[in-house]
Amino acid sequence: MVYVADIVVTLKNSILDPQGDAVKSALKSMGYTGVQDVRIGKRIEVRLEAAGEAECRKTVDEMCAKLLANTVVEAYDFSIREAPGR
Amino acid sequence: MKFGIIVFPGSNCDRDVQTAARAVGYDADFIWHTDTSVDGYDCLVLPGGFSYGDYLRTAAIARFSPVMESVARYAASGRPVIGICNGFQVLLEAGLLHGAMLRNTSCKFICKPQRVRVEAESARTPFTLQFRPGQVITLPIAHGEGNYYADGETLARMEMDGQVVFRYCNDSGEPTPESNPNGSLCNIAGICNKAGNVLGMMPHPERAAESILGGADGRLLFDSVAQWVQGGGRIA
Repeated sequence: MVYVADIVVTLKNSILDPQGDAVKSALKSMGYTGVQDVRIGKRIEVRLEAAGEAECRKTVDEMCAKLLANTVVEAYDFSIREAPGR
Repeated sequence: MKFGIIVFPGSNCDRDVQTAARAVGYDADFIWHTDTSVDGYDCLVLPGGFSYGDYLRTAAIARFSPVMESVARYAASGRPVIGICNGFQVLLEAGLLHGAMLRNTSCKFICKPQRVRVEAESARTPFTLQFRPGQVITLPIAHGEGNYYADGETLARMEMDGQVVFRYCNDSGEPTPESNPNGSLCNIAGICNKAGNVLGMMPHPERAAESILGGADGRLLFDSVAQWVQGGGRIA
């Protein structure tokens, strides 16, 4: 079965995000006065083959912990769906 | 005395390190990232640059280079390993040093001469034998992601074990918030592992090894390792 993993990596909440702060100031100066906080992260899409959803989940979790996120400063989350047929 | 300089695709201070080492009288050769042998070298250098284009995260991909397993074994055997700038980031990603690098708080790439205070006792690392604690030196910095972070517990343990080797400071040697170029925790510019044989630093000693290039403070680091090696590889 082929799956698509949608992975989101962000800085942990306890870590300052200077990029997010800069964007927050920009949004505020544009008049969006309701903006309270901005955090910037990245989205990674991985297409992979796995025997089933559980195996796929385990593999993606491992990829995140080993390479895709640096867990000293980053947190990750992902969702998995079956890849649309070609 | 022979330095082995690890070259990743995207390293760009490898030749600076070789030139500096040779200028101060030592041998230095390159080790390609796909090599698996690091035999015959007295000290390994992970140079600055943009390994793998900084894709994903600085140094995230470089740490999985084939040569890195040999670097880890070399470090575990107690021999000296130094990571400069991007090389420091590689050592962090590889888990050979504690902590992580974040984007500079200014969000800018910073390139300038910087005052740095030597924190470690001379004999704490092979790289500091010719420095004295409290000495204020000037080294160039050039990075966009040098904002050092470690969690509170890790930081406290490292401070207690004397693992903070260099701190950013002002002209009088005080590590003030104003003299912190990138937002690093506690003005940290360089740290070592507990054993002291692995050093990571953001400033570039190889860019300040000859007076004709504006400063020679970095030379002391090369001379320190050579002294350590010539003394039989023990901390005096």
